[in-house]
Amino acid sequence: MAAITREEVAHLARLSRLAVTDAELDRFAGQLDVILQAVARVGEVAAADIPPTSHSVPLTNVLREDVVVPGLSREDALSGAPDSAEDRFRVPRILDEEA
Amino acid sequence: MSDLIKLSAAELGRKLAASEVSAVEVAQAHLDRIAEVDERVHAFLHVDNEGALAAAGEIDAARARGDELGPLAGVPVAVKDVITTRGVPTTAGSKILEGWRPPYDATIMTRMRAAGLVLLGKTNMDEFAMGSSTEYSAYGPTHNPWDLGRIPGGSGGGSAAALAAYEAPLSIGTDTGGSIRQPGAVTGTVGSKPTYGGTSRYGLVAFSSSLDTPGPCGRTVEDAALLHAIIGGHDPMDSTTIPSPVPDVVAAARLGAGGDLSGVRLGVVREFGGDGAEPGVLAAFREGLDALVKLGAEVVEVSCPHFDYALPAYYLIAPSECSSNLARFDGVRYGLRVGDDGQHSLEEVMSLTREAGFGPEVKRRVIIGTYALSSGYYDAYYGQAQKVRTLIARDFEAAFSTVDVLVSPTTPFVAFPFGSRTSDPYQMYLADLYTIPSNLYGGPAISVPCGTSEGLPVGLQIMAPTMADDRMYRVAAALESVLPPPVPPAL
Repeated sequence: MAAITREEVAHLARLSRLAVTDAELDRFAGQLDVILQAVARVGEVAAADIPPTSHSVPLTNVLREDVVVPGLSREDALSGAPDSAEDRFRVPRILDEEA
Repeated sequence: MSDLIKLSAAELGRKLAASEVSAVEVAQAHLDRIAEVDERVHAFLHVDNEGALAAAGEIDAARARGDELGPLAGVPVAVKDVITTRGVPTTAGSKILEGWRPPYDATIMTRMRAAGLVLLGKTNMDEFAMGSSTEYSAYGPTHNPWDLGRIPGGSGGGSAAALAAYEAPLSIGTDTGGSIRQPGAVTGTVGSKPTYGGTSRYGLVAFSSSLDTPGPCGRTVEDAALLHAIIGGHDPMDSTTIPSPVPDVVAAARLGAGGDLSGVRLGVVREFGGDGAEPGVLAAFREGLDALVKLGAEVVEVSCPHFDYALPAYYLIAPSECSSNLARFDGVRYGLRVGDDGQHSLEEVMSLTREAGFGPEVKRRVIIGTYALSSGYYDAYYGQAQKVRTLIARDFEAAFSTVDVLVSPTTPFVAFPFGSRTSDPYQMYLADLYTIPSNLYGGPAISVPCGTSEGLPVGLQIMAPTMADDRMYRVAAALESVLPPPVPPAL
């Protein structure tokens, strides 16, 4: 049985903000199924009472001295932007025009 | 061809200190070599001729003034294109960042500049460091100097090939699942993954933040150690760096070069018994092991029962983190933007930008990660992989209670021909079989040349406990002292 269907891959691509093509979906569905079947082997390990590890360095609440240091200038921060206006990142309209 | 390009970084540093050669001459010799061979090797995505000569000129001027300079001042370095370099293009091997010039330097770049290292340029890599062959670079693959029809390893294939082709004496890689060590192994060079948290990730374009580790690459163990000492150590800009001093890796490499390993206990992992490894690789590994025993080391078999599950756990954890990290590539703050024509919504512009800017392997991993993190699957996939990660770390800790380091082949197979593993992505993942456990655990590991199989280099991997990076350098240098690295054919 397939671990993942073509429809599920299409749904995940939408969630991932990837406008994949039909040809990609055809190809990815089979490939992702092989990968997921292989990685699903982690389920064979009896680990119900084992704590998860998110990170190998056991550091928590690391703070820096609260000292002001120079940061990026506005010009530097905008230097790589695809589009900017009035010293800000310009993005496509997300709200309807005001009535 | 200038003889300068064949020298180690340590030797170059000595000649520079003695003013037998200038930093400008050294930089020019390497730039000439790049101009001569890189059309065939394609180790570089960007060569900074002007910047390199200017930086070298400054070092020469500083030396003429009598300034105090470090041991590698004036030595050139090639840097993987996933490390930000102020004003110098940084693409991470992806079309989505084509033409981006970062407004800041990564911490390790700042430290290298302060030590007087001269940046030659940026090296090729699998897109966002996802791959084992550089075939997933959006700019075409790097060719292995040993056989131009074969892969140089990945993701840091450019950084390794630049060393083997004598285009640079030192380079920087990043290792998430083996991206420094596997390229080192298949190009006959040294690749070192420091302890996670031993080198700063500030300015490293993130793939999998709990695993990504920048590290040094060189043609000798001492060179890798010298570079490690420069880039390593706590960084206030990376809260995951370890706030204690890096072990003295340079002293350890020099101690090991003496060739005495009496009292050192090496563990061979039973679960790495050889399933899927090429016989020639296993034979070369056995010879390396014999050489280490002759130097006085003791070999013990140890069991790490959960290593069998390291590869599946990694290929859940890394894609999960990548699906989250790569959300930042949305066509707003840097890089590509597609479809912004007044007809598409912001969300459509993001989807079209990511579709056009990401290659197939990145898309596969983003989708897998989104799946593994989604409600209903989280516990069975991502959550379970994190528990397996705990068990793998416990396996390491148990092994290190009886041995000083673990040894294995670095990778199951020598450099493979282009195209032989791209149709089935899982076949590519198998290249990381022996390198992944150290990433999940966080401890350091190094690949050092260990003979050849079928005329191609084999690497021996040495894995050490967290913050015991010095141990692996000692053993690696000892092996190097009796098994000099194989010399690649002339290009």
